Amino acid sequence: MTEFILPAVLVLGIIGAIFGILLYFIAQKFKVVEDPKIDEIADVLPGANCGGCGKAGCRALAEAFAKQGNMEGLRCPAGGDEVAAKVAAILGIEASTAEPQVAVIRCSIGCTASEPKSKYQGMQSCAFANSLYVGESGCAYGCLGLGDCYKACQFDAIKLDPETGFPIVDDDKCVGCGACAQACPRHVIELRNKGPKKRRVYVSCVNKEKGAMARKTCANACIGCGKCAKICPFGAITVENNLAYIDYTKCKLCRKCESECPTGAIKAVNFPPKRESQTSVVEQPTTVNNENKEN
Amino acid sequence: MKLLNVSGSPHVHGNESIKRIMWDVNIALLPIFIVSLIFFGLDALFVSLVSVFCCLLFQWLIEKFLLKQPTTITDGSAVITGLLLAFNVPSNLPLWIVAIGAFVAIAIGKMTFGGLGKNPFNPALVGRVFLLISFPVQMTTWPKANAIFDMAGVAAATDATTGATPLALIKEAVKAGDMTVLQGLPDYWTLLVGQHGGSLGEVSAIAILIGGIYLLCRRVISWHIPVSFILTTFVFAAILHLANPAAYIAPLYHVLCGGLLLGAVFMATDMVTSPMSKSGQLVFGIGCGLLTVIIRTWGAYPEGVSFAILLMNAVTPLINKGFKPKRFAK
Amino acid sequence: MGGVHPEENKLSTQASIEVFPLPKQVTVFLNQHLGAPATPIVEKGMAVKTGQLIAKAEAFVCANIHSPVSGVVNKIDIVKDIFGYAKPAIIIDVEGDEWVDTVDLTPTIKSEITLSKTEIVDKLKEMGIVGLGGATFPTHIKYMIPEGKKAEYLIINAVECEPYLTSDHRVMLEHAEEIMIGVSILRKALGVEKAYIGIENNKPEPIAKMREMAEKFEGIIVEPLKVKYPQGAEKQLIKAITGRSVPSGKLPIDVGCVVNNVGTAFAVYEAVQKNKPLVENIMTVTGKSLAQQHNYQVRIGISYADIVNHIGGLPDDTAKLISGGPMMGKAIVNLEAPTTKGASSLLVITDKEAERAEELDCIRCGKCMEACPMGLEPYLFSALINNDKVQEAVDNHLMDCIECGCCIFTCPANKPLLDEIRFAKGKFRQMQQKK
Repeated sequence: MTEFILPAVLVLGIIGAIFGILLYFIAQKFKVVEDPKIDEIADVLPGANCGGCGKAGCRALAEAFAKQGNMEGLRCPAGGDEVAAKVAAILGIEASTAEPQVAVIRCSIGCTASEPKSKYQGMQSCAFANSLYVGESGCAYGCLGLGDCYKACQFDAIKLDPETGFPIVDDDKCVGCGACAQACPRHVIELRNKGPKKRRVYVSCVNKEKGAMARKTCANACIGCGKCAKICPFGAITVENNLAYIDYTKCKLCRKCESECPTGAIKAVNFPPKRESQTSVVEQPTTVNNENKEN
Repeated sequence: MKLLNVSGSPHVHGNESIKRIMWDVNIALLPIFIVSLIFFGLDALFVSLVSVFCCLLFQWLIEKFLLKQPTTITDGSAVITGLLLAFNVPSNLPLWIVAIGAFVAIAIGKMTFGGLGKNPFNPALVGRVFLLISFPVQMTTWPKANAIFDMAGVAAATDATTGATPLALIKEAVKAGDMTVLQGLPDYWTLLVGQHGGSLGEVSAIAILIGGIYLLCRRVISWHIPVSFILTTFVFAAILHLANPAAYIAPLYHVLCGGLLLGAVFMATDMVTSPMSKSGQLVFGIGCGLLTVIIRTWGAYPEGVSFAILLMNAVTPLINKGFKPKRFAK
Repeated sequence: MGGVHPEENKLSTQASIEVFPLPKQVTVFLNQHLGAPATPIVEKGMAVKTGQLIAKAEAFVCANIHSPVSGVVNKIDIVKDIFGYAKPAIIIDVEGDEWVDTVDLTPTIKSEITLSKTEIVDKLKEMGIVGLGGATFPTHIKYMIPEGKKAEYLIINAVECEPYLTSDHRVMLEHAEEIMIGVSILRKALGVEKAYIGIENNKPEPIAKMREMAEKFEGIIVEPLKVKYPQGAEKQLIKAITGRSVPSGKLPIDVGCVVNNVGTAFAVYEAVQKNKPLVENIMTVTGKSLAQQHNYQVRIGISYADIVNHIGGLPDDTAKLISGGPMMGKAIVNLEAPTTKGASSLLVITDKEAERAEELDCIRCGKCMEACPMGLEPYLFSALINNDKVQEAVDNHLMDCIECGCCIFTCPANKPLLDEIRFAKGKFRQMQQKK
């Protein structure tokens, strides 16, 4: 019996030893020296690889943090202040804070304004449809409703309206990473400050056509009339290329512009319903759903 | 006014569709089915019906209750799987075993991977090989084929008369070193028109060839896989036979016996599991041929076509990577 | 190699070319060609004559634009094109039809070529000639052969492999001699011995007519070609006629070839011999559902709505309107948009033809690969693109795709393969720009 076992044990043992030694030297030779902080930081990052920081994934951001040693110009928008604090702790510095942001879809087509003017067939991609033509709504600037933003969102924060295909952002789930804004070929999506109690006022249109043309395309288009800019007490509204823009850093949520807008392009969201029996301009994700069902 | 459609070019489509392809294959399988009815009688009908019905049923159940998606049983692919599975088993196989085979073929061979188009292995062969390994006795006990279709003959066939396939006989003979058994083998003509023992689909070479020609005419398959498969088998077997005629049987026997023709025409050419480019298909066919002869000659099983095709299915992605179509100006 | 055989549907081969009536107003885009837009040199209220220069080419890849009508400039404004995108255009109110007096409007055929090589190229530039095969590349640039390259063959594309289209067919029948003179002019401009005219075998009449005419001209050879789509694609045509293959990422001139469309040859004749700028083109107006098929000689800038009204409206089962052929043409969404220099047809596609069946899973049949005239793997592109691997698709030669549509035409699973390929091409170009 031993005559079989012994040689086998010996041969295998020697082979094992040789390979072990080989492996050791190879590992030494090709060793990659890496900052241990990278792993630590990567562990506290969300790991969704959303690209919101502008880097190719969470690992790349962790490397940038570790290399830079401070947090200047680097931020994980998905993780927000919480993650920033953890990263700061690892780096041994003080955390910087930033106002949380949320994705805002600056287009009202599909909710209220426009009937489809053509029928699109083919690849379900906004980027491709954009290269073909203006889209079903007939607006060369607005949302195409084929869900590129929905596909880009790693946080399940964008839902597509089952009937119109237009995106609805879930404020609570949105981390403001901006992946959707980058994916949108029409640049309809903007990152804006979340605002106190999630209250925001914004121009829900990015159409740069001249007034008459824009209005012909969409009843709720911004026609660049400038009434909002005149009435704004804080100088937060500018009109450029026939399009009004509300600077969210200056806006004090007074809502004067909202009632002034002749086309209803300015939207104020998450405000309590007004006491006067005005037509409801209050828009919340849930009410949007209801409206569509009724339609 | 009616809305205008918009899409990228082209704005017209040819008449190709998955349904057309799949039902063409089913039509091509008809001659084999008819021949099997003639030789094995009602048994063949029952085995085929149970196999096809179970394949459809399992696919429908899985799509409806597990995947919760619209059913695709009308596309004809499950019918092909059912027929091919039936053609690969003996006609006296108990029907519950056929049902198990159908379940393995559809549920494990196809739907686990996501359904039609995503399965790496030919589902019918997965079912067949599962049965071969699980029920070796039932799977290798063949009734003798009857030349005349009559009820009495059917009864006789199912009751007692069982016999081995030519390939099994050869294997036994070579093992025992007693080549006299080979005297009792059917001649080539019998092999060509049918009437030898075997699974449903293997009895008649002509029926298979008719189906194959139909598929070629309808451009469902191309000649590359069947021809390279059969030719490789023939050449490899011929070399062995020339080297030692006593130990290795004649190459034409290899080609006409067993499931080689059925495999080469219908199963190796399965679009989903075979390579895409013509050069890749030639490599695939050659690989199948080599493996078939190797398994038949030196392996434990008398028949090697199923294993050969499954093994080549496994390397298909690699072949696809290595053998690309010829590019323009390259 | 590759290719498909779509139903030919050449319904309008017997319809001779009719002159389309002048509308009340035309809209002339400043960018009707490949390249930079032309710069307008007229103002609101100015009176213009037919054939008068109204926008000048200033960039290198650009073409002059002439007024297609006589009348008064209404305004220079932003107008929506057939896809609904707004572009700058000159809008002219039509008054009568008075041509500029340099244009020779007599019907006599002038066969003597008096201009020199460089004069011809200058003339083409002056008259705003662009390629009428679809790409609308300014023609004169093709004849400015870059240093170190040498043209050996002139190839005239009269293949017309797209189903339905018959404008080239009709032009060849009705203006054979003018085309031959046009080809001779181009041959002279290029300084080559031989010019080949490639025509698909399914057009026996034009082949006979052109052959008969070619006998009178030196160095012009009519070459009948196998019927196969896309036989008329530049690289495929060069291969079929000369046996040479244009390598990936190279131009025809790299293998010594210059290719022009037969319609362009006719326009060249008119420009060089008759001093007539490119202000009209031949358009096929056809479709299975139309009672009458037409080939019109249409002034540029007439709106598609005018054409639709002229043929008496659209049938009820109209699903799509296409500018160009059904394989590579573009779907029109805005009928108010005007025609441009490159407009070769208005194709009415019925519901039945336009139907895109439900997309199914790829069954890896390899038919797309078999059909691809460039020897690419569309199924692989589709799989890679749907998994966000654009770079890997490009590594597999995605950019060689000529967008002929054979893959999607033949796909039994109805996958939008070409859509995906175009999408990925766009994405890749974006990625490069970012770098």
